[in-house]
Amino acid sequence: MALSQLAHLSSSRSANLLKTLSSAIPLQRPISTATTPITVETSVPFTAHQCEAPSRTVQTNANELLTFFRDMALMRRMEIAADSLYKAKLIRGFCHLYDGQEAVAVGMEAALTKKDCIITSYRDHCTFVGRGGTLLEVFAELMGRQAGCSRGKGGSMHFYKKDSNFYGGHGIVGAQVPLGCGLAFAQKYCKDEAVTFALYGDGAANQGQLFEALNISALWDLPAILVCENNHYGMGTAEWRAAKSPAYYKRGDYAPGLKVDGMDALAVKQACTFAKEHALKNGPIILEMDTYRYHGHSMSDPGSTYRTRDEISGVRQERDPIERIRKLILSHDLATEKELKDIEKEVRKEVDDAVAQAKENPVPESSELFTDVYAKGLGVESFGADRKDVRATLA
Amino acid sequence: MLAISRQRILGQSFQKIRPAVPGLRSYSSAAKQITVREALNSALDEEMSADPKVFLMGEEVGEYQGAYKITKGLLEKYGPERVLDTPITEAGFTGIGVGAAYYGLKPVVEFMTFNFSMQAIDHIINSAAKSNYMSAGQISVPIVFRGPNGAAAGVGAQHSQCYAAWYASCPGLKVLSPYNSEDARGLLKAAIRDPDPVVFLENELLYGESYPVSDEVLDSSFCLPIGKAKIEREGKDVTITAFSKMVGYALKAAEILEKDGIYAEVINLRSIRPLDRSTINASVRKTNRLITVEEGFPQHGVGAEICASVVEESFAYLDAPVERIAGADVPMPYAANLERMAVPQVEDIVRAAKRACYRSVPLAATA
Repeated sequence: MALSQLAHLSSSRSANLLKTLSSAIPLQRPISTATTPITVETSVPFTAHQCEAPSRTVQTNANELLTFFRDMALMRRMEIAADSLYKAKLIRGFCHLYDGQEAVAVGMEAALTKKDCIITSYRDHCTFVGRGGTLLEVFAELMGRQAGCSRGKGGSMHFYKKDSNFYGGHGIVGAQVPLGCGLAFAQKYCKDEAVTFALYGDGAANQGQLFEALNISALWDLPAILVCENNHYGMGTAEWRAAKSPAYYKRGDYAPGLKVDGMDALAVKQACTFAKEHALKNGPIILEMDTYRYHGHSMSDPGSTYRTRDEISGVRQERDPIERIRKLILSHDLATEKELKDIEKEVRKEVDDAVAQAKENPVPESSELFTDVYAKGLGVESFGADRKDVRATLA
Repeated sequence: MLAISRQRILGQSFQKIRPAVPGLRSYSSAAKQITVREALNSALDEEMSADPKVFLMGEEVGEYQGAYKITKGLLEKYGPERVLDTPITEAGFTGIGVGAAYYGLKPVVEFMTFNFSMQAIDHIINSAAKSNYMSAGQISVPIVFRGPNGAAAGVGAQHSQCYAAWYASCPGLKVLSPYNSEDARGLLKAAIRDPDPVVFLENELLYGESYPVSDEVLDSSFCLPIGKAKIEREGKDVTITAFSKMVGYALKAAEILEKDGIYAEVINLRSIRPLDRSTINASVRKTNRLITVEEGFPQHGVGAEICASVVEESFAYLDAPVERIAGADVPMPYAANLERMAVPQVEDIVRAAKRACYRSVPLAATA
């Protein structure tokens, strides 16, 4: 679209109109309007346990809202593309999709820096992207290729990005919570003035090791934030069948907690900012994100045997996180419907391009079977299935 | 006077210049003796002093001075930020230790005994051992899990299991088991310095035992290589492999066997994973006979792996079937006489060695 056409469009709207057709084209508006504070109320007020809830009035701006929109649209597209790849048998094994829950990943990143650590469960694709992972790294890893973030050795559940303090990606339900508290311990030990967000689901919330880790974190004042992504189903088991008390934000007992609308990216951001400040001063805090996954537990689960299609479509209609931001952007005249659709088209193309690139990427070399068993292999021997046939020396 | 310097390289990281002129150095008569407990304590102390990232965690390691006094004095010296008393929650504190290692610290996690490590085994295996591989080298885990392993005295079935075979089967872990004070110092220091997760299996009954240590062992830079066994006693007739307390038993058995003209070569494994297959096989190729000794359960044990390795690599050299001496295939009983039967004794090793040398007395005389 020619610049002159852009100017023509802007003259017919209020001065606050923001035009971004792609990240490559600079903003056509002066910076002050892109970052002019906008005040929004969260969908619902926060419910607090053992602490005073933060205000439901959130400061944001056009830049942030458009970034939220774009990032969530990208994540949504990515997960849908993964669904197709799985059905085409290009992704094998487990594949747990996050579509519906994007606001948690995106709102959290807005409240953190890359000095803060994040650790999560196997539903990790979007959290990885939020930490700076690329689409190619995602699709290549899912398809077991060299360009994957774990060079094809991890798979869907084992994405890591240490340079952004993203520690995975864990397959064992609940294990990531003590690990996350360990990260927080190390941050405090090193005096880094940063925090760790350890994410887990409503299914994991009943794990004993969670309470063990929370106990130690509270005793030692660790800067740990435990984030329960409550999508109301632990695999096929609804929360009321698994938890005597599904008020997960209260389950920390002596530890304060906050219940947050996890479909509202701004509420998530507000809660995470509050939690970070709290944890740095007072030790652990629990955030319960009320969220929802459109897909089943994993690609092997249709997701409709234990919940009704009406429930799923109901959430999509009433609470979809992307739609919420779209309405906000449109009601504040920050972009036109067409511009938002263009962003979605752009994002779709980005995803398609990354998928195509990943499909061309080679599988790991056979020698990779034996790499990274140890950080320091000591020249030790390792063996293949037939040790008289395949042996390797670990470097 | 000419003093010729000769350099000898010990292990992988230690060099010492010794004068070639004899008589200027004295050996064992002047050598210091320290207990295994003192050896472990001094190793922890020195490594904590050398590297501020090293910290200790476990039940009673701080104010109680250590359940077995291994960490005595360290809280006073390094403070509560580096010596941490934990609640009795192995799954929780082990996970916290592994998470701290992910970030780059170097935790030494104590299990009061390795029986309790089963509460935390998911973190040892799935969170620690496999992470470097799953992350293609992004997340290394420089952690040490240490504590007493195997049978003590009269503590019953739930407190007596040996975990060497279980942990040593897992790729991504290193598993060490010291016998004497030199082993304790050198292997613990190596474990703490190693960037991978190390399971360090001590023995409660050895903590109070004293062994001679040379000046180089006492030096703070002393370190033993991981993955190298030690030939404690050379011999030509039969190889006996052992680790931890059983090394002492094997050495006693060797003395008894010598009186009968059987010269046993005793190998102290030191490292269960990586297993020093080349030292073991080289020894068997020399002696042609092998006895494996361990305290743990016999099925799928360390001896089974050694036997398989020797059959694969040195079959033509074997003059007799490989013999395994192991704990009895039962949970550990309490009564003293039954307990004695459940754990290998020196006479078991002697008997097996004689069998391998075709010197045992037949059970029934032919008519």
